[in-house]
Amino acid sequence: MENTYDVIVLGGGAAGLTAGIYLSRAKVKTLILNEGMVGGQMILTYEIANYPGIELTSGFQLSTTMKKQAESFGCDIKQNVQVSSIDLKNDVKKVTVGDTEYTAKAVIIATGGRSRNLGVKGEDTFKGRGISYCATCDGDFYTGQDIIVVGGGNSALEEAVSLTKFAKSVTVVHQFDHFQAFEHAIDVAKANEKISFIMESTIDGFYGEEKVKYVNIKNIKTNEVYKKEIDGVFIFIGYAANSEAFKEQVDLNNYGEIMADNNMATSTEGVFVAGDVREKKIRQIATAISDGAIAAVNAIEYIQK
Amino acid sequence: MLMTNLEHVETAAQHKEIIENNENVMICAGRMGPMCIPVYAAMEELREEYPNIKFLDMEFDAPEAHVIRNAPECAGFMGLPFTMYYKNGKVAKATTSIQMKDQIKAILDEYLA
Repeated sequence: MENTYDVIVLGGGAAGLTAGIYLSRAKVKTLILNEGMVGGQMILTYEIANYPGIELTSGFQLSTTMKKQAESFGCDIKQNVQVSSIDLKNDVKKVTVGDTEYTAKAVIIATGGRSRNLGVKGEDTFKGRGISYCATCDGDFYTGQDIIVVGGGNSALEEAVSLTKFAKSVTVVHQFDHFQAFEHAIDVAKANEKISFIMESTIDGFYGEEKVKYVNIKNIKTNEVYKKEIDGVFIFIGYAANSEAFKEQVDLNNYGEIMADNNMATSTEGVFVAGDVREKKIRQIATAISDGAIAAVNAIEYIQK
Repeated sequence: MLMTNLEHVETAAQHKEIIENNENVMICAGRMGPMCIPVYAAMEELREEYPNIKFLDMEFDAPEAHVIRNAPECAGFMGLPFTMYYKNGKVAKATTSIQMKDQIKAILDEYLA
């Protein structure tokens, strides 16, 4: 019975840890399985200033506290594990890790999302050599230099502004003729004299030797491709849902996000979803936590039927 | 000092002594930032699996971390952390930016086996 649980939570980010806290506190035998380090996208956030009740914290600190909180209620957490198979279609849900099979009456999928890559020539080669995905980590390497920020959402525009503390110039390259960011973020970026914009364009490839020297920029409307010399490129083009393992188990939308009702119930009985892997508009720690709590409460109701 | 459970390298002299007196050494030079923390976590977990390798970290901004920041193998590096793999006192491999546990294992198996 050691590997038999009431609920298994797949994923240990904000949504998964919240579900773990609610379930364990309700004396529901719970296991969280996480393929990487617990914390998910949260630990990739250097500074969190909009988490209600805490003026300023780091993603690492917040996730460490959430993990401790879940464990204090008796939640089992296994991180850095590789899930090899999942069977959620029957009453007894099965999740296999290596040679070990875990079973549960209900499962909450909280596998989150991952940063999108551009997927163009040279991106892997020059990662850390002129290509970065973290302004707070690597911004100071570009002091006095000319850089590009790719993207048009809140992250892209906020990080572009933040990078002007170091860079001589920041060029925002965005594929559409308008931004997806909030008006405030757009206004702040547009008001910054160091920032310029290249709209309706994408990066077509990265080129250099030891590090990036130039990129090819493609104008989507005219198909014109031209070379731009640059010292560095920061990429902030959103997230993709980590849902590949579930496409045969639950219904996904066209973006690969798991569909659910207001109770976080998926198309499969006894399977719930929470956090960034779910179909939704706003992806924040606050919304992930909300999902996790709702999924947990409804999972409890389900197993008590 | 970095808030990890790894042993810390604090001086250039200590760095020299460690790589000279241990056959296999991995040192991650970073900050407590989002690209560095997952590497420290992976190292902490790999310690048991690779008892023949010494796993340490070093604060990237410490003045004496110049032994890593300015190493020729790190020329062109512009992403934290800078991670060094030493075999018999010599640099066997150096990487820049975040590496996942599987990527680190592949390097350990190839260069510090």
